Amino acid sequence: MKTKSNIEKILEGGGFVLTSECGPPRGADPEVIRRKGALLKGAVDAVNVTDNQTSVVRMSSLASCVILKEMGFDPILQMVCRDRNRIAIQSDILGAAALGINNILCLSGDHQKFGDHPMAKNVFDMDSIQLIHTVKRMRDEGRFVGGEEVKGNPVLFIGAAENPFADPFEIRAARLGKKAKAGVEFIQTQCIYNLDRFERWMKMVRDRGLHERVAILAGVTPFKSAGMARYMKNSVPGMDVPDEMIERMKGVPKEKQPEEGIKICVETIRKLREIPGVRGIHIMAIEWEEKVAEIANTAGLLPRPQPA
Amino acid sequence: MIVGNRKSLEEILRMVRSYRKILLLGCNECVTVCAAGGEREVGVLASELRLARMKDGQEMEVREHTLERQCDHEYVDQVKPFVEDYEAILSMACGAGVQYVAERYRAKPVLPAIDTSFLGVTLEQGVWSERCQGCGTCVLDQTGGICPIARCAKSLLNGPCGGSSNGKCEVDKETDCGWQLIIDRLKELGQLDRYEEIIPIKDWNTSRDGGPRKRIREDLKL
Repeated sequence: MKTKSNIEKILEGGGFVLTSECGPPRGADPEVIRRKGALLKGAVDAVNVTDNQTSVVRMSSLASCVILKEMGFDPILQMVCRDRNRIAIQSDILGAAALGINNILCLSGDHQKFGDHPMAKNVFDMDSIQLIHTVKRMRDEGRFVGGEEVKGNPVLFIGAAENPFADPFEIRAARLGKKAKAGVEFIQTQCIYNLDRFERWMKMVRDRGLHERVAILAGVTPFKSAGMARYMKNSVPGMDVPDEMIERMKGVPKEKQPEEGIKICVETIRKLREIPGVRGIHIMAIEWEEKVAEIANTAGLLPRPQPA
Repeated sequence: MIVGNRKSLEEILRMVRSYRKILLLGCNECVTVCAAGGEREVGVLASELRLARMKDGQEMEVREHTLERQCDHEYVDQVKPFVEDYEAILSMACGAGVQYVAERYRAKPVLPAIDTSFLGVTLEQGVWSERCQGCGTCVLDQTGGICPIARCAKSLLNGPCGGSSNGKCEVDKETDCGWQLIIDRLKELGQLDRYEEIIPIKDWNTSRDGGPRKRIREDLKL
């Protein structure tokens, strides 16, 4: 074990991991985080905390991580390259480790054009692959990007995201290969609705032997309604929702659609578990955290192993 | 070339509202090619200004003059004989030209008629597109001759983000994904294996981040 991460521990023991996420509020009320956290209690092994997702200003990921840590969670600090240069990023990595955070998810970040401050200046001093390497080097070699010595290495389990549904498809496994080379240890994927394409991607990943170097956690998001399914298909960049899924959601009465969305999600999880190389599930129940435990339970993923 | 966009007439009128005699200076270089501030655009803007001011009963004298370049003092100095006759200079050059004119005529207010936009190319008649951000350390040898800094909305150096879809950028469906272009080109060149190399974190010191830049060729100095 390189870190104190709960998910690293489960993966090392050959277990199947379950993670979920918690989006911080657009305000300073810590109770929002505590309420969301309470809904996930006992249902997951670690919780991602998003970093100003979709470029909308929210409570900082690190502050929210600390609140969840106090509740007994093992938070995953999401960090995007959009808003910080290498000085701020490395400083936050040190701060996170000092506050007992064990996991980091290295992301490029959504472009600010989609958020509530499209007039902002973006940073992108480094990209997600360079961020992975930065964390790895600080942790394992005790060196900052600039070459100076880190006095007290930040011990973080290193994750990143990958989108098997974005283009160009042919380099999506090669891109994961670059992340593996940079030092990533686990991957959470974009929400999977198109299982055929995901399986094709996983085959490319296995052909490169990447599933043995990186733990792949397959991402799922339950639809709340047919409207949400349509929105995801048409308006969320890099999302692949097959038409038959929208038809299936549309085929049930409106009041039954949330139930149908959860049914689809559970079926997807069951299929994903059968795919060689999938080491866990990442449930992104967007503003629907109360359904995570139900999904996990129905999918046969509960109870979770007790953290040490 | 440097590509610019002429400001709106309203904005320009606001800038010149307190002047009755201005010198309108065009530039024969980049802004002529991108049809923003050459001799023709000087003529059009001069007429628009005269008409608008006449309508307001505040006639303005506009002298039209287009220099070979506004970024070289030997050309900028050509207006010296008559610059004193005007209250202000309205420059239709890029930001470099505007500033250089201001440096040479310190007693005159120099106003920009152009919004300088980017370093780019002419795609077709009337269409220009960005290609370079002048970062000071070229990586085009590694990326199939297509710049990830200028052509990726996030300036990612190691491949497309998760928002690349059907060859287009998530930021704008009309904009090509720079990394899709790079991958396509590497494939055409039989160099797709180059994509596997990690491009290390960039030294932005050669870019604007390192402070205003200057280039000196001792062997050429007089």
